[in-house]
Amino acid sequence: MKQQIEGSQAVAKTVALCHPEVAACYPISPQTHIVETLSRLVKAGEVGSCQFLNVESEFGALSVLIGASAAGARTYTATTSQGLLFMAEAVYNAAGLGLPIVMTIANRAVGAPINIWNDHSDSMAMRDAGWMQLFAEDNQGAVDLHVQAFRLAEELSCPVMVCMDGYILTHAVEAVDLLTQENVDAFLPPYDPVQLLDPSDPVSIGSMVGPDAFMEVRYLAHHKHLQALEAIPRIQKEFHQQFGRASGGLLESYKTEGAETIVVALGSVNGTIKDAVDDLRAEGLAVGAVKIVSYRPFPKYQLRQALGHAKRVIVVEKDLSVGKGGILSSEVKMAMRHLPVMVETVIAGLGGRAIPKASIVRVVHEALSEEGLEEPHFLDLNWDVINAELVRQQAKRRSGPTAENILREVGTLGVKAG
Amino acid sequence: MSYQQVKFYQTGTFTIGNRLLDEHNQTIQSQRDRTNSLNSGHRACQGCGEALGARYAVDAAMRAANKNLVAVNATGCLEVFSSPYPESAWQIPWMHSLFGNAPAVASGVAAAMRAKGKKETRVIAQGGDGATVDIGFGCLSGMFERNDDVLYICYDNEAYMNTGVQRSGSTPARAWTNTTQAVGTEPGNPSGIGKNLPAIAMAHHIPYVATASVADLHDLEAKVTKAMGFHGARYIHVHVPCPLGWKSDPALTIKVARMAVESGLYPLYEAEHGSVIDRTPIRRKVPVERYLELQGRFKHLFSDPPDVAGIAAIQAIADANIRRYGLVDQEVQGGT
Repeated sequence: MKQQIEGSQAVAKTVALCHPEVAACYPISPQTHIVETLSRLVKAGEVGSCQFLNVESEFGALSVLIGASAAGARTYTATTSQGLLFMAEAVYNAAGLGLPIVMTIANRAVGAPINIWNDHSDSMAMRDAGWMQLFAEDNQGAVDLHVQAFRLAEELSCPVMVCMDGYILTHAVEAVDLLTQENVDAFLPPYDPVQLLDPSDPVSIGSMVGPDAFMEVRYLAHHKHLQALEAIPRIQKEFHQQFGRASGGLLESYKTEGAETIVVALGSVNGTIKDAVDDLRAEGLAVGAVKIVSYRPFPKYQLRQALGHAKRVIVVEKDLSVGKGGILSSEVKMAMRHLPVMVETVIAGLGGRAIPKASIVRVVHEALSEEGLEEPHFLDLNWDVINAELVRQQAKRRSGPTAENILREVGTLGVKAG
Repeated sequence: MSYQQVKFYQTGTFTIGNRLLDEHNQTIQSQRDRTNSLNSGHRACQGCGEALGARYAVDAAMRAANKNLVAVNATGCLEVFSSPYPESAWQIPWMHSLFGNAPAVASGVAAAMRAKGKKETRVIAQGGDGATVDIGFGCLSGMFERNDDVLYICYDNEAYMNTGVQRSGSTPARAWTNTTQAVGTEPGNPSGIGKNLPAIAMAHHIPYVATASVADLHDLEAKVTKAMGFHGARYIHVHVPCPLGWKSDPALTIKVARMAVESGLYPLYEAEHGSVIDRTPIRRKVPVERYLELQGRFKHLFSDPPDVAGIAAIQAIADANIRRYGLVDQEVQGGT
């Protein structure tokens, strides 16, 4: 039954239905409402024998889950931004050990300057760690992806991040069709671990592996992701059959038939992009959109099929590889290898900067114009502010802290320094 | 009829071999049904105090847990020498994750056992001093304050030995390491810094904290056994000489450890819920030189002329320990 509910609460309630046996949590905005809600449900006895640990750091949180998962428990945590980076070493470790931990990432920018609003810098920083990364467009998608994530993680013995845009989704109240316990139980079998810390059958887990076998171990991790490319659509199909919603999958196309230009993105901005596509179609432009749900594994062959017929692909991404440009667009380019498709990079929405529909429409027009887009294009940059700061830096080496200077320029700081 | 209790020792007067003791007084390690949790064939150096300590400690824990035990290990010598793929010296379920997270991983294992109703399965975590007092300190403190049902054993060899002897927060005053070289105006590790982890553990008011030494393996086994009798967070800090890093004779590991105890530099005590409840009196007090002179890491103190002030400063640390924990028992001294 549909109900109006905050994204974080919807996710927490759904995770509770998945009956994690150990959850370890550390507060960080904008993920906090998820673990607050989960802690209440656990304490109220609504999550079976689940153990909820309030730990001393994100590094500790994931480490607790590493131990619990190796001991055969279904495990869950949520984090974001600085928290994800603080647990980075354990993020790689969990994947290397093949532990099917599920973690919600409430995507948020990474400082400095400290910024609590949404972009994808955090999970992008962990893209090579060996976790699967599934991106939700809306809260219904976020809820459904969590149930699928446990299934996927445990089937392949590989951890999964479910990425949902911080605030934009976590704090949005919208209609969500919450699953029931019967639904989840029918879809998600009990966790049957591949390897287990069990005194009746002792094994050593986490041995040192040298040059003689390390590459093979890494290849097998990659192979697992290749298997996931098959498992993700299969699980989506099953979910669709059971619940009537085609949530999940590798990617989703919108009005791409006959499209000459296709806009590609991750996460919630796809809603805005679809509206922009409607407007551009109304203008008579052959524009479509593709939403990437599974960023890891990266569905390059599926993308080739979805985008290969277009002349131009515009990747709108909420991340920046400083000194290079787009991260997602580089990967889309790789997927388009040898195809006559131009791939453009639009860096947008960093640190929570709004991405209005009008800006998407404008950037598509610019891309189609004779002049085209520079590579990469930064959406809605305030060049007056940037130029003023560059002039200041040129005039005087110690011209003050950049962030604070810029805040003065845009008038966010009350007092303008004399 | 009056009788006098006779106490046997491992060295000096009243020495007795383990085999001559009553069976219930013999070490767990000497029993035929010992579990060999850390089996032979591992790659520890000759004279390794940590391998010895771990062997006794884990077997004692195994016996106390009725062989229903899971061990978590921090990165470090013990992990590396016991588990190079595809070999493993561990006969028990054993897991290594990272350098700084062993206490948290153990908390997770314990939580999983609780969630699954496997109340009989006990959990220990172990690491060296670097993993314990430095990089894993946050996770350790978290495990303590949550009173998670884990026995954490630190094998303290007073530096980062696995990476080639660098200073840790447990390196003693004036000791040479590769990052506290024996040069300059104050050669070796500066005095007056460092971390007393058993005291910090006690400050968490956890059920049981003890210090132990490979100089007294009966005592180490007894403390592990006692610790396993409690539930909640427990901590044992074991002093384990490292011939490589201490530049000591591998044949003298036990003697070096004993001199640390008998000089007062390494006090042996037990604490419950934050208060010291017992200590091992020093049987025959020795000056700190007897300990320091066995180790090349303190060689600079004995150059010509010797660093009298440096040695006196170390003696002052030993004397302070003796006063603080009441280590010199007049009656015991008089009796020997």
